[in-house]
Amino acid sequence: MNKNSNVYTFIYASVMVIIVAAALAFVNGSLKDKQKKNVEIDKMSQILKSVKINSPLSEAEARYGETIVSSYLIDAQGKTVSQDAAEAFALDMSKEVLKPAAERRLPVYEALIDGQKKYIIPLYGAGLWGPIWGYISLESDGNTVYAATFSHEGETPGLGAEITTAKFQEQFSGKHVFQQQQFRSLAVLKAGHKADNQDAVDAISGGTVTSRGVETMLFDCLSAYEAFLKGLQAAPAVEQATENNENEQANVEE
Amino acid sequence: MSPERKDILFGPLSKNNPVIVLVLGICSALAVTAQLKPALVMGVSVTVVVAFSNVIISLLRNTIPSRIRIIVQLVVVAALVIIVEQILKAYAYEVWGQLSVYIGLIITNCILMGRLEAFALGNGPFDSFLDGIGNGLGYTAILVIVAFFRELLGSGALLGFHIIPQSFYDAGYMNNGLMIMPPMALIVVGCIIWVHRSINKDLQEK
Repeated sequence: MNKNSNVYTFIYASVMVIIVAAALAFVNGSLKDKQKKNVEIDKMSQILKSVKINSPLSEAEARYGETIVSSYLIDAQGKTVSQDAAEAFALDMSKEVLKPAAERRLPVYEALIDGQKKYIIPLYGAGLWGPIWGYISLESDGNTVYAATFSHEGETPGLGAEITTAKFQEQFSGKHVFQQQQFRSLAVLKAGHKADNQDAVDAISGGTVTSRGVETMLFDCLSAYEAFLKGLQAAPAVEQATENNENEQANVEE
Repeated sequence: MSPERKDILFGPLSKNNPVIVLVLGICSALAVTAQLKPALVMGVSVTVVVAFSNVIISLLRNTIPSRIRIIVQLVVVAALVIIVEQILKAYAYEVWGQLSVYIGLIITNCILMGRLEAFALGNGPFDSFLDGIGNGLGYTAILVIVAFFRELLGSGALLGFHIIPQSFYDAGYMNNGLMIMPPMALIVVGCIIWVHRSINKDLQEK
């Protein structure tokens, strides 16, 4: 047979492509469940990181079960729309943030750390090259940030990708998203600068667009929770936290 | 094992090393060597892919139409790389996360195309398998040496465990941040080539 004829070449290429496609489809099909599970466990470990728990992936599932006491979906008015924890966990934030804030379904994960409730809010936004996302946990006063964690898909290593470092993320602890009962979110500013009426963290030098992306993401995602957070602040159960708030107000008035 | 076969298997570890003698696969040697663990995983992945693609191409070598042989090689390599990636994603998710971009880059690793064109198209499957394993190990060896120095001097650790004692840091020792940057991989590779050539005088160009 003439191996250099057009017919032979054509048939050879076609058969090869069909065999390869079948093999890849088979591999993908047989490993899909395991991969999906890995993605879920990775998400659990990220949520845990936002309440300062660093657990290896192998333990993330168990630690998540112990720490996260409930998860549910709320709407922009702060009303619970679904108590289904699995639904709240699986909700695709990348689709929710495209909707107007009033129509979004908003997941809240409640964690119990040393007997104290923390409210974890998922974040999703745009960096320079691709999506960035993260989780921010608030104290039960609905105002003070307990911790935050960020991830990204393809930010520049050494510049924008620095948002995943502890140095950047640790700055968020103790900041306030409300100032004098007004929702202000947090600013991400060039090191040394201060914002009016707003708590701020230092941006990544050289990662300006990514830092701005974090700021926009925080405002966009947290503002949808304004009603919910105000509800938490009004709750009488957290006396200590309210006292803190009053002290701060007193400071401001001085 | 015959001396020729031994040479096929062990030659690439030193005299025919793909990285420091043939200067193939340099880009990935820069990219994944900031730490030992990804370097090892990359080395093992490349070894597996180059060995099996060598065998497959060697088995097919008498049927492949010469006009599309490069395309056939690329399809075989790409298919194997995707399979490796899927398996890593299912069974070694953290490693997959670290390597994600570089796994895809195995397809363009010059070692693969180089061995397929230069060896597998003209030799039997078993010899080709040995050649693939040998070249993969030669590549891994260089990656591991580079990653050893970069992780030790850049992060003070090996495989993620801190090696340099705290008392050194207290006495003023600092990790060299430059070692983490890609240019230092190139310089370390250069130093390895220097040492290697001064031992193997016959490799020196006149």
